[in-house]
Order: sequence, then C-alpha cells, then structure tokens
Amino acid sequence: MPAEAFITGVADTPVGKLPEHNCLSMQALAARDAIANAGLAPSDIDGVLAGFSFTQPHLMLASVFCEYMGLTPAFTTAVQSGGATACTAVMLAAALVESGQCRHVLVVTGDNRLTGLPPGGAVAMLAQVGHAEFEQPYGISVPAAYALVAQRYMRDYKVSPEDLAAIAVNQRRFAAQHPHAHMRKPITVDDVMRSRPICEPLKLLDCCLVSDGAAAVVVSAREAADPSRHRIAILGTGQGHTHEHISAAPSLTHFGCEMSAQQAFARAGTIPSEIDVAEIYDSFTITLAVELESMGFFKKGEAGPAAAAGELSLTGSLPCNTHGGLLSYGHSGAAGGMFHVVEAVHQLRGQAGPRQVEGAELAFVHGDGGILSTHCSLVLGQA
Amino acid sequence: MSKPVPVPTTDTAHYWQACDGEELLYQRCGDCGHVQFYPRRSCVSCHGANMTWLPSARRGVIHSFTIVHRPPTPSFDDDAPYVVALIDLDEGYRMMMNVVGDDRASSAIGRRVRVVFEERAPGRKVPQAMLEAAP
Ligand SMILES: [Zn+2]
Repeated sequence: MPAEAFITGVADTPVGKLPEHNCLSMQALAARDAIANAGLAPSDIDGVLAGFSFTQPHLMLASVFCEYMGLTPAFTTAVQSGGATACTAVMLAAALVESGQCRHVLVVTGDNRLTGLPPGGAVAMLAQVGHAEFEQPYGISVPAAYALVAQRYMRDYKVSPEDLAAIAVNQRRFAAQHPHAHMRKPITVDDVMRSRPICEPLKLLDCCLVSDGAAAVVVSAREAADPSRHRIAILGTGQGHTHEHISAAPSLTHFGCEMSAQQAFARAGTIPSEIDVAEIYDSFTITLAVELESMGFFKKGEAGPAAAAGELSLTGSLPCNTHGGLLSYGHSGAAGGMFHVVEAVHQLRGQAGPRQVEGAELAFVHGDGGILSTHCSLVLGQA
Repeated sequence: MSKPVPVPTTDTAHYWQACDGEELLYQRCGDCGHVQFYPRRSCVSCHGANMTWLPSARRGVIHSFTIVHRPPTPSFDDDAPYVVALIDLDEGYRMMMNVVGDDRASSAIGRRVRVVFEERAPGRKVPQAMLEAAP
C-alpha cells in the first residue's frame, strides 16, 4: 500500500543549556523552522499536535502554544505519552492527514528542563510516574525502575555491565560528530564503569541527559506534499502497551515494544534486517538493549556485545542513534524522542554529514514512555 | 521534607487499614480466581467486580532489586544507599518494597524475604521486606 502521509519538514534547536529561552519560545523556534523546512507558511498549517512541559505545564498546552505562536488550526490537541509522545504524535498526525482531516500537521515538542527547573527538579518530577501509594513511598525513581529491569535482564541473559556500557560508548562516538550534541567528549567503557553509581547496576553514564531543547516536524498528506521536495514517507506505525507502573508490569524482560515494532514492520511490509538506520529511545543503556532485542534486531542478551563489536556504529550492521541519542545528544522531555525522528529524516534525506549512513532507504524510529510501559514505532522511508 | 505517606483511595482504604494492624491483604477474584495487586475495584483478568480480600502469609522472593545511591528527593537522602525491590509473594502477586535491615546489602535475586511493617506516619504503616536467613 503506498504511503499517504509524509514528513515534509523537520527542525530542532540547539540542545544543552539554553538559559535565554523558555519552553514556548524554543517550541515556537523549532516550529517556525520546521514549517519553513517544509517550504510552507504558518498559514498552511491546519493541524497542531503539542507535547507536554515540566517548566510551563498547562491543562491545554496545544492551545497555549497555538496562541503563543499565532496559529488558528482546524484541529489541535496535546499528546502525553511520556517518552513515546513524539512518535505517538507523528502516528496521530499521519492518521489525521490519511483520513483527510488535515493537510499539514505541525507536531511540536520541547522543554527547558535543564535551566528552567531547580537542580534535580527533572529527576524529582519524573519520579512521579511511580505509583503514589505503592511505589513512591519506597523512594522509586525512573533510574531505579529501569535498574530493576537491568538487574533482572543481566541475570537472565548473562549480560555484564561492560556490555551495557558499550552502548553508551557507541552513542558518544556519534554525538562527537554532531555539532549540536549536548555531550561530545568521547568516553570509554572504563569511563562508564567508573562513573558514579546512580541505581545499581546503572551508573551516571548509563543514564540519559537532562537538556534544554525543542524539535518539530510537519506531516503532510500525499496530495498536499510538494513532490519536488525531499519528502519522507511514513510507511508503518505501531504501538504496544502492557502497564504503566513497573511493579505492575507483566514481565521485566518482555515489553510492549515487541508488539509495537511488529505492527509497524507489518504495516510497512518490511522486516528488521531490511532497516538501514535505527533511532531508538535510549533513556538508559538497558532501555536500548531491551528494545533492540525485543524488536528482533538482536537475540536476547546480544545487543550489548553487538555494540562492543561495533555493530551499532556507522560501519556496523545497524547504525543506531546516529545523533547520539538521549544518552549523549540530549533529552528535553517530549523533544527527546523527537530528536530521534529528526535524525531519521536527516539520514533518509542524506543530510547527516559525517554521521550519514550511505544510501539509507529505510529508517526505524521508536519511542518508549514510562518504564518500558508505552511504546510507539515508526518505519520511515523514501517516498 | 518527609518521605511520602500513602494516601488511601476508596479502592485501597481497607488494605491500608489492615496494614495498620500489621496484616497484609491481597485481592482474589471471586469470579475467575485471578490474584492481583495493587487493590482495585475490578478484576484485570475477567473485568468482573467481585474482588475478595485475603490475608497474605507475608513471605516471598526477590524478583529484582536495585541499590539506590541517588534518591529522587532529599527525603530519602539519609537512607541512601537503600534497596528497592520487586517481591513476588508466595500467593502469586508482586509488590514493590524496600529491603530493610542491617543485611540489606546482601539482597539478591531469588533471596527469600518476609514482610514487616514500618510506621511511616502516625496511623500509617507501610509493608517492607527483610531478608530471611540465607539457605
Ligand atoms: Zn476475574
């Protein structure tokens, strides 16, 4: 089935410390640039999907954003799926243009959670994803919840901390080649192993960053997308949901990313081995290992050793998180997952510079919200 | 700033009341027999609304655990490093608890635990886990 929804524009702001910005100013910057990148004017946008914000939270963030930017779309709403927000909003945007409800949907995400919150503020706010009665009284945090997954995974599949560290090393190598990346200084497995313990077995360099930043994309209908521009087809989408709280997860080793990826691959009519480049949610090293294996890219327990062997590098079998991911490029709330989408489009357009995967035809993008709780997968390709 | 104190809902008031008497309750579906935790109004398996309460023998095994060095909020700073664990109770349900006690650093997947109660606030006890003697 030919694709009916296309990513026609992408943009991201710098990431890191942006004290001169606030949540909405960054989002508007990314939105303006994404619209221009699509060759459109703001008045062409008839759908707007926004994410969520920690620094300027609002019951109606999409309406607030539209007002701030001066947009009066025919359809708008906010999407809140944690780290799966960006992919979920792109999936929803595709549905809006496929169904004929909209012609051009702007999806905008961004937050200044590094400079817009007191020190440690993002970690404290994120801990609220824990159950108020049955998890938070025990001092649970997002890193602690992922550490529970990591401990069980390492035991069941005989994976070492060094194997997981190799994932962080691979991504830092990519980030060093991205002029916008938050962390660009190369690291070694020893650096990861010697970084301070956060929640055993996870150490500081197993954990994602806290960054300011924003990103936006424009999703257009087939008849509305200018065929003379390099539009990227949304070939397949999928979701998977098993739980929200880690104490209620049916398993610590099998998650909704299996279903999510299978659905996206099936709808796109492709399989993991056909994917040229993958941009997959990597809130922690364990996150990426579990996802890569659940999705069929590697066998159980083999993602870390594969990273150590260079399989996730530019010359490996699956170049992965070529911008550096949440671990090294940056993590700005809902925009964290959108950076993966933007990088996939850069790769498919051949615009990734020194990080370019030669001849990239098919990209896989994945977002994970909560504690491997809610998943959304996208298969993107040439139109 | 003090550690979070559970605030019961209409689903969980009976459970927390039992905790204050140092009894641990769990739910079993009167229609299909499914055992579940945390307490809810209806069964997650058959979706019936016939949940019954049963007392737990308060014994279980560590399914996974982590030693937390970086607490999410300052209220846990004095406890760090502390152990957060997922405990599989013998009756077939899973709970998050801290492993407490001087030997908590010996926590390991598969180690057996018993449930004790910590008075978090006046009239509000929360279940916690202590390691059983190593086999
Ligand atoms: Zn039932």
